Amino acid sequence: MQPFTQHSGIVAPFDRANVDTDLIIPKQFLKSVLRSGFGVNLFDQLRYLDEGQPEMDTSTRPLQPDFILNQPQYKNASILLTRDNFGCGSSREHAPWALLDYGFRVLLAPSFADIFYNNCCKNGILPIVLDESTINWLFKKVYAQPGMAMTVDLVTFEILAADTTLSFTIEPYRRDCLLQGLDDIALTLQRAERIREYENKRKQECPWLFEDLEL
Amino acid sequence: MAGKTLYDKLWQTHLVEQRDDGTALLYIDRHLLHEVTSPQAFEGMRIAGRRVWRAAANFATPDHNVPTDPEERRDGIEGISDPLSRLQVETLKNNCAAQNITEFGMLDQRQGIVHVVGPEQGITQPGMTLVCGDSHTSTHGAFGALAQGIGTSEVEHVLTTQCLLQNKARNMLISVNGPLHPRVGAKDIVLYIIGHIGTSGGTGCTIEFGGTAIGKLSMEGRMTICNMAIEAGARAGLVAVDDTTIDYLRGRPYAPSEAQWAQAEQYWRTMVSDDDAVFDTTVTIDAADIVPQVTWGTSPEMVTGVDGHIPYASDMSHDQKRQSLRLALEYMGVKEGQPISEIPLDRIFIGSCTNSRIEDLRQAAEVVKGRKVAASLTQALVVPGSGLVQQQAVEEGLDVIFREAGFEWRDPGCSMCLAMNADKLEEGEHCASTSNRNFEGRQGYGGRTHLVSPQMAAAAAITGHFVDIRHWS
Repeated sequence: MQPFTQHSGIVAPFDRANVDTDLIIPKQFLKSVLRSGFGVNLFDQLRYLDEGQPEMDTSTRPLQPDFILNQPQYKNASILLTRDNFGCGSSREHAPWALLDYGFRVLLAPSFADIFYNNCCKNGILPIVLDESTINWLFKKVYAQPGMAMTVDLVTFEILAADTTLSFTIEPYRRDCLLQGLDDIALTLQRAERIREYENKRKQECPWLFEDLEL
Repeated sequence: MAGKTLYDKLWQTHLVEQRDDGTALLYIDRHLLHEVTSPQAFEGMRIAGRRVWRAAANFATPDHNVPTDPEERRDGIEGISDPLSRLQVETLKNNCAAQNITEFGMLDQRQGIVHVVGPEQGITQPGMTLVCGDSHTSTHGAFGALAQGIGTSEVEHVLTTQCLLQNKARNMLISVNGPLHPRVGAKDIVLYIIGHIGTSGGTGCTIEFGGTAIGKLSMEGRMTICNMAIEAGARAGLVAVDDTTIDYLRGRPYAPSEAQWAQAEQYWRTMVSDDDAVFDTTVTIDAADIVPQVTWGTSPEMVTGVDGHIPYASDMSHDQKRQSLRLALEYMGVKEGQPISEIPLDRIFIGSCTNSRIEDLRQAAEVVKGRKVAASLTQALVVPGSGLVQQQAVEEGLDVIFREAGFEWRDPGCSMCLAMNADKLEEGEHCASTSNRNFEGRQGYGGRTHLVSPQMAAAAAITGHFVDIRHWS
């Protein structure tokens, strides 16, 4: 995964609560066996006027002009400002894959759905939780200055926006993984012996769960 | 010292390692796989040159993409007409074969929706941890197991390490007490709860569902409730183990052998919250307040009683709520104040990991028996959750009841719950659906979903609109 230390980019305001992962990437695009190529179908139902299908040439599809990412000032946005419970619903990791593939590296909201939040952190996207009043303030600023840029620094826990410095928090483990772009499987495998010990011990207590293991 | 919650017990017994930063390495007893969220995980594992940690802890079945039309299924994978769906189903088969993972393939009688198959086979057991790359894995919590949906990166992590990295969630208890109306069921309970606490009401929590009304539910009903814990924002839902749990498990193919049964049962019976356990949040609900529920909007929290109406913007206290209402009304093509009974319907879907088990089909069939599907409807579908549910239903003659009424009787799969296969709504169509999500486009581009119980869907199929099932004769 691509490490995340600091990121500067344009902020797109997506003023909608409870955005579900079906809306982020509709199911017809989940038939891919790859991790990439989902960006052109990010928010497909909101972004285009027609029904999208896999393998369609998206460059010729009619765009929904009102949708935020179709407005010229937000086309190259890489920071998404949004509302409560973003990413709810399906566990599809295709949702962060689509956001990342489009170019988003930072998401700002008062809350995120658990599985989605976790999936973002595994893909080098930084989801930042800010209180509702701060989010409201940011929406106001972005509306006042469309195309406004912002800098997010994971090293210093700081956001620089509209000449103001805001701070944020994130769990230390997630921060470490993001900063270093760590592959957590490699880290967990370093604890293989500990996992075997656990299996040995647990087999004494619940042997019916370990019929396959000769310990 | 305060007692432990069921979640505390499940957490502590699966803790491989607690780190100083609050993260824990949690051991995973069983991992279920399906064709949509696993191919990238297997591929990642291959690229990194890693192996499956413990093949026997994994079970797979294709469900999201499989056709439910018996004609299209007859020739197995080769017969799937959509080449992308065919590739995914085939990829699952090949990945499982290469890694020695048990797969209930498309033509296997045991195939079905992964969350129906796991419990039915006895793979899901109390006291275990279970994961699957699907948010509705919360279903299995009905057995007093810690069951969670995970993303594809985590699927790969579990395949290769048999562990998951996690922070402990908070403990939430939702206690539902008192007698329920006989025609009000598990689906109504859980929709009512979501309406009450909201779709992010359980975020960051593991919800234990308790109280006398939950205790009286069958395992099927408990699965319906835990299935939709995720719709309340909780990654996992739980119900304590009791006689109902133990009775359900007896004789299941992957349940413990006769020789180990007594020891297992004794252990399982400890999978309850202690009397003096402390929950971070407790919500108490009086079952008598629950009427048959119908969702009217594009989020499961947009729900009301069948005797109610679509809310007015002026009822909403918050700007965000008013904006969500406005978007939902526009998408759904309904109006403020419109009575639920006056929503026009086009299709009926009885199925999904929420409501496709034998009890669900029995309840729907009882309503339908001897009646005809309303002529105004385009389609009424029944999609059993697994080949074994289908077989049982046929043995009980339920298929005949549905067919004679004018329903289509299909083969098992996720079907119109998420419309990855050919079963979908047309733009603008309204569907009374026993599934779990009424999101925009979920059941088809521009489709409009109303979530209800199997009995409510069955009654709507006969009348062509929503009726109060409590008054059904």
